Amino acid sequence: MEKLKMIAKTLTKSREVSLIFVLIILCGAIQIKNNQFLSAANINDLLVNATIMCVLAAGMMGVLLIGGIDISIGSTVALSGMVTALIMRDYPQTPVLVSWLIAIGVGLLCGLLNGLIIAKGGVIPIIATLGLMNIFRGATYLVANSQWVHKEQITLAFQDFTLNSYLGINNMIIVAVICFLLLAVFLKYTRTGRKIYAVGSNSEAAQISGISIDRIKILVYTLMGALAGLAGALWVSKYASAQGDSAKGIEMDIIAACVIGGVSLNGGKGTVLGVVLGCLTLGILNNALPLINVSSFWQDAIKGLIIIIALILNTMTQRSLDKNNLKRREL
Amino acid sequence: MVQTKRIIAAEKEFSLMKFFLQWEWLLVLLFILVNIMNIIISPYYLSATGLLTATSSFLEKAFIALPMVFVLVIGEIDISVGSTVALSSVIMAEAYNKLGIPMGLAIVICLLVGTLCGFINGFILTRFQELFPMIVTLGTMILYRGIAVMILEDQASKNFPAWFSNIFWGKIGSVPYILIVFIIFAVVFGIVLHKTTFGRKLYAIGSNRIASKYAGIRVQKIRLIVYTLAGLFAAITAIFLTSRMGSTRPNIGEGYELEAISMVVLGGVSTSGGKGRFIGAVISIFIIGFLRYGLGLINTSASAMLIIIGTLLIVAVMFPNLKLDSLFRKKSKNM
Repeated sequence: MEKLKMIAKTLTKSREVSLIFVLIILCGAIQIKNNQFLSAANINDLLVNATIMCVLAAGMMGVLLIGGIDISIGSTVALSGMVTALIMRDYPQTPVLVSWLIAIGVGLLCGLLNGLIIAKGGVIPIIATLGLMNIFRGATYLVANSQWVHKEQITLAFQDFTLNSYLGINNMIIVAVICFLLLAVFLKYTRTGRKIYAVGSNSEAAQISGISIDRIKILVYTLMGALAGLAGALWVSKYASAQGDSAKGIEMDIIAACVIGGVSLNGGKGTVLGVVLGCLTLGILNNALPLINVSSFWQDAIKGLIIIIALILNTMTQRSLDKNNLKRREL
Repeated sequence: MVQTKRIIAAEKEFSLMKFFLQWEWLLVLLFILVNIMNIIISPYYLSATGLLTATSSFLEKAFIALPMVFVLVIGEIDISVGSTVALSSVIMAEAYNKLGIPMGLAIVICLLVGTLCGFINGFILTRFQELFPMIVTLGTMILYRGIAVMILEDQASKNFPAWFSNIFWGKIGSVPYILIVFIIFAVVFGIVLHKTTFGRKLYAIGSNRIASKYAGIRVQKIRLIVYTLAGLFAAITAIFLTSRMGSTRPNIGEGYELEAISMVVLGGVSTSGGKGRFIGAVISIFIIGFLRYGLGLINTSASAMLIIIGTLLIVAVMFPNLKLDSLFRKKSKNM
C-alpha cells in the first residue's frame, strides 16, 4: 500500500506523466469501442490531421510563455495561405519552395506587426491581436476578392508535399516533429530561449537584469506569425483549396491544447512535451469521436466538456501536489 | 522642497489639461466625426426616423457590452457570451416549437438558461480560482455552442407567434422598445458602477484583488454575480436577436463576445482592470454601431468593415499609450 502510494506520488508529480496516463486510458477505452482506432492507417491519419495544430501550438507556446496571447493566428493562417494560393493561381510557374517561403514570409510580417503593436505600442496582447484578427481576416477576403482558390488552380507539386512521405512517414508529421524539436532545443539550450522563460516568470526582474523585454516580445510574436504562415501553406496544400474563412476559430483550439498541456497563461511555465501531449489529446478527440459513432453534432459539446474537465482535474492535482509539498517542508 | 512644489504645480496644470484630454472627449469627437461622415453619405440620415433606424440596427449586441464593462473592470474576461446567446435562443425556440410551451414562458426559460450559463462560468471560476477566466470561458464557449448544435443540429427553428417579432420591431410613438430598454439598463448600470458601493468594490477588485480581499470585500461573491449578470444579458440579447430575425440557428451570435469586448475597450475600459468609465463604453457602442451603419449604407464590403473596425480598435487603444508613455519617461528622467 505504501509502495503504491509512493508510485502514485511520483507519477502525479509531473503533469506530463499524468497526462500520458490519461491519454493511455483514453486510447484504451476508444480501442475497446472500435478496434480500428489503433491501426497504423488510423494513427497516421490522426497524426496528419493534428500537424497543423502542432505547428501552431509550437508558436503559441512561446507567446504564452511570456504571458501573452495571440488570437489572430487563425486569420494569419488564412491570409498567408490565401496569398500563396493566389500567387500559384496567377503564376503557376512559381517554384514550390518559393510559394512556401511566401506563405512563411506573409505570416512573419503579420506576426511582426503583432509584436510591434504590443511591444512598442503598449497595447494589451488580447486587444492588439483581436484587432489584427479582424484586419487579417478582412485582408484575406479583400486580396481574394471574396473568391475561393480551387483545387485545379493550385499546382500539383504544391499539393504533393502533404501527400508524399519520407521513409514511410508523411511529410506533414515530419514538419511538425522538426518544429517541436527545434523549439525544444531553442527554449532549453539557447540564451534567448531562457530569456523567454525569464520574461514570462518575472518581467521586472528580467528587465533589471538587462533583458530587452520589447525585443523578446517582438521575437516571440514574429516566430508565432512565421509558424502560422507555415501552417497556412500546409493548410492549402492539405485541403487543396484556399477560402476566406478557413481556420476560423482555430486559435481557441490551439490555446486549449497548450493549456491542457500545462502551459500557464500567466507565463513562465510549460514544457514542449506537455504541449505535444496537449495537441495529441485534442487530435485524438477529433479523430476518435467519429470512430465511436458519436454524431458529428455532438462533437463540439463533448470537446468543450472535456476541456473544462481537464482544466478542473489539472487544478485539483496541482492543489494536492502543493499540499504535499507544503507538508514535506513542514517536516 | 522647491522640486516638490514644482511637481505639484505641474500636476495642477496637468489636471486642467487632463480634463480636455480625457478619453471620453476624444470619443465624443470620434462620435461626431462618424456622424458627419454618415450625414455626408446619406441625405436621409439626419432625420428622427433615420437616426432611430440606425440606432436599433446594432443595439441588440450592446446588451452584452453592458455587463462586459463590469467583467473588464474587475480585470477579467468572458468570451463565452456569444455562445450563451446561441444556447438560450435555441432552447427558447425549441421550448416553444417542440415542447409547445407558451412563448411567454419560453422567454422566461431563455433568461434562466442565460443566467445559468453565466452562473456556471462564475461557479467554476470562484471554486477553482487558479483557473484563468480566458481559458474557462473558452471551454464553456465551445461547450454552450456545442449544446446548441446538439439540440438543433443543422436546422433552423422558426414560426414564432406574431407578437414575438414586436419585441424588436415594436415602437412607442417612433421610439423602438429596444432603445428604451437599452437606455434604462445603461442608466442603471452606470449608476451601479459609479454611485454604489458595489461599483466601488468592482474597481477595488480590478486594481488590487488581494488588498480588496483583506479590506473585507467578498471578492468571490462579486465575481460570481458579475459572471451571472453577463449570462443574463446574453439571454436578453438572444431574445431581441431572435425576435429581429424571426428564426434561430445554432450559429447565431458568433463573434459577439469579441465585438462587445471591442466596444468596451474602445470606450476606455482597460482589460487589465480597475480603469474606465461607463459613459465611455456607451459612447463607443454608438460609435461602432453608427460607423457600421454608415459603412453599410455605402455598400462597404464586410471585409473592408472588418479592417476598418480592427484598425480603429488598435489605433484608439495605442494612441494614448504612445503619448503618455513618452511623457512619463521624460518626466522621470528630469526628476
